[in-house]
Amino acid sequence: MATSQMIPRDMIPMDMKMAWRNVWRNPRRTWLTISAIAFACTILIFMLSFQFGSYGTMINASVQINTGHLQIQAKDYFEDRAMRRVVPDPHRVIKTVGGIESVAAVTARAKAFSLISSGNRTYGAMVIGIDPENEARVSTLDSLVREGEFLAGTAAGENRSGENRALIGRLMAENLQAGLGDELVLLGQGRDGSVAATILKVGGIYESGMDEFDRRTLHMPLDTFQEVYSMRGAVHEIVVRVSSLDRVAGVKTAAAEKLEHIPGGGDLAVLDWDQLMPGLTQAIKIDLTIGIIFWFLLVLVVAFSILNTFLMAVLERTREFGVMMAIGTGPGRLVKLMLYESGAMTAVGIALGIFTGCIFTAIFQVYGIDFSGASEILSQYGISGRIHPRLSLVTAFAGPLLVFGVTFAVSLYPALKIKKLKPVEAMAHV
Amino acid sequence: MDLSIAWRNLWRNPRRTVIIMIAVIIGIWSMIFLTAFMRGIVVDMIENGIAELTGDVKIYARDYKNDPALENRIENPGPLISRVRDHLPAGAKLAARVRVNAIAQNARHAAGVTLAGIDPEMEAGVSFIGDGVSSGKMLSPAVLEAGASEASGNGILVGRALLEKFETEIGNKLILMTENTGNEIVSRAFRIRGVYQAKLESTEKRFVFITRGAAREMLGIGEGVSEISIMLENHEQAGTVAKELAAAIDPEGIAITPWQELLPMLKAYIGIFDGFILLWYLVVFVAMAFGIINTTLMAVFERMREFGLLKALGMRPWRILRSVLIESGFILVIGAVLGNALALSLVYTIGRFGLDLTAFATGFAYAGMSAVIYPKVFLGDVIFANTVVIFLGLLVSAYPAARAARILPVEAMRHT
Repeated sequence: MATSQMIPRDMIPMDMKMAWRNVWRNPRRTWLTISAIAFACTILIFMLSFQFGSYGTMINASVQINTGHLQIQAKDYFEDRAMRRVVPDPHRVIKTVGGIESVAAVTARAKAFSLISSGNRTYGAMVIGIDPENEARVSTLDSLVREGEFLAGTAAGENRSGENRALIGRLMAENLQAGLGDELVLLGQGRDGSVAATILKVGGIYESGMDEFDRRTLHMPLDTFQEVYSMRGAVHEIVVRVSSLDRVAGVKTAAAEKLEHIPGGGDLAVLDWDQLMPGLTQAIKIDLTIGIIFWFLLVLVVAFSILNTFLMAVLERTREFGVMMAIGTGPGRLVKLMLYESGAMTAVGIALGIFTGCIFTAIFQVYGIDFSGASEILSQYGISGRIHPRLSLVTAFAGPLLVFGVTFAVSLYPALKIKKLKPVEAMAHV
Repeated sequence: MDLSIAWRNLWRNPRRTVIIMIAVIIGIWSMIFLTAFMRGIVVDMIENGIAELTGDVKIYARDYKNDPALENRIENPGPLISRVRDHLPAGAKLAARVRVNAIAQNARHAAGVTLAGIDPEMEAGVSFIGDGVSSGKMLSPAVLEAGASEASGNGILVGRALLEKFETEIGNKLILMTENTGNEIVSRAFRIRGVYQAKLESTEKRFVFITRGAAREMLGIGEGVSEISIMLENHEQAGTVAKELAAAIDPEGIAITPWQELLPMLKAYIGIFDGFILLWYLVVFVAMAFGIINTTLMAVFERMREFGLLKALGMRPWRILRSVLIESGFILVIGAVLGNALALSLVYTIGRFGLDLTAFATGFAYAGMSAVIYPKVFLGDVIFANTVVIFLGLLVSAYPAARAARILPVEAMRHT
């Protein structure tokens, strides 16, 4: 088009200036439109931060209580938790893995399903042998003990007062009607199929908030476990804590590679928390997907709410556009002008929305949102009491980006209407 | 006449009217459809919870809930059952069971399970096991025919997931170990007679079923049962029925509890969920409200001259206010009707087949849900959504309407 070539380059800022002035010809309408956009951005930023915050809490809680970031197990142990599928030489594996960068702590566990009886009650539970010192570095178990104390270190092989102590969950203690110092009888099957039986004293009671864990697990010192269940020095899991969640993948690869080079390493598998708790990641994905559908629909409602503003900006100025075209302004430039106008409103709205959204979210990030009324259900997911939304680059900009995309698409419709205008007809318009 | 004038005014600018109507339609549609979707999930969780041997109302010995042990049992359930039957609403069913924690074992595996001693014919329509087995044979009723008694008496039903975990098959032996009433460990071999499938894998791993006769023999509990489970036609009635039963039957030593108390987690979840719906309705409404105010403002301002003229001719302000409100009322009502129609027809279409989300099955199982979702429309939600939109919509239109009504004729007629 000839006209657009005639415009010198320094005219372009003038278009922007003009658009900006046009935007403020009707301040009330503009503010309402900006508020709608800002409102949508604020809600999206807060809700996304909230979702991600709760996922972080969920993953960390489960990882710390239960699985650790990574586990090294015998191949197939995960599918089939049979006593005989062991890591035969745990020391060597711990040494190998412990040397990898970003590994914060490593510990070994052995597990056996057994029958536990107190004086008058019997229940089945998972008996877990732990190395108290290293366990405290990998999991939060020691801080969950609410009564009595965590297992003492048995590094020197000494057993204080010569009796074996055990930690049990609060719900198990209730079911067994056992308290601190009470004796429990363990009856299970050893690694070789022999009968494994021993007597333990309740040394501590823990409460994790995860019912299944509090009802169905018992922890005892690993060396005693290995003796009772004739493990011959073997364990079932080597549990690794990595310094942060995003380093897990790197450590996993490094560990798998190093294990190749130690004898018997080929029979071992490295699993990350995602594989260890497949339900958790999927539950998060479901929640996120449902969330995205909700937020998308919200943005759509906002878009149609403000479409009228953009449209009116064109329709009520038909005459004006006719004049501009008559004096030589190309329709392309008018379209650009219109897009600048809607773009300016969107930009101000989004900037405002990001600002209020971030402040709003940051306040709750510091203070947390109290869900104590619903704590029972949240504890099932490993979330306790308070949820802190977590503001990040993704949560701060993903929502506003969606708003921008949809708003831009919507503003194309009125802008392109200008192209159809004929100067003479447009000027005749009242 | 006001109505027809408002209607005509509405269509003076059809494009604008249609656009704001679309905003209302999408808003209402999303409110109703997404709520139905979420309700579907919750109803499913309730049904899973209730079918997992909970029942709508459960009767058990008073101390059983805190201490689910064999010694807290209903000693002589016969008379109690017949009295409960007399007071139940039509269509309700009940089943009595023995339930005890046990350990299941075969040569290679062991796991904690819940052992349930059932009357197979009573369970029909009460719990999932009443629907029968997916392969093998159901436990035969307690009628003991000569010869057949042995086969039935040591039969056991297990879940598919447990069968796989134990690497075993129908016809193989499974040993159950538990405590009897004398606190002695008893163990007995059963033969796997049938395999059931439940909605959740955790259910399949948790429950194994034997006949009540076999349980009686193994545990030494005589006629006693652990629980009487009642299934109603409508889950909502559970609270009332539990109260009526407690009033009608002298409940000495026993507790009559509706599912809301049996599954407090589910109740808490429903609470969170209701809060979320309210929040969602408000958020969507606010998003819509900006558009409604703006559009109504535009419609009013471009007609200021007209309003001034009407006032100069002697029209009362409240009538102008009313006519503007009627206009937005039309937009809101038409939007609401179309939004409802769209949402309901979508719910109906999806409801016939269910929304299959098996790709996420593990995640759903983690949260106690099944992976095929059937959206459920609750009348209360629909009424609530429409009320919020129409009532609050009229409220926010009152601002532009008031501006129109307050205009001074002289000023307005100078307005271009």
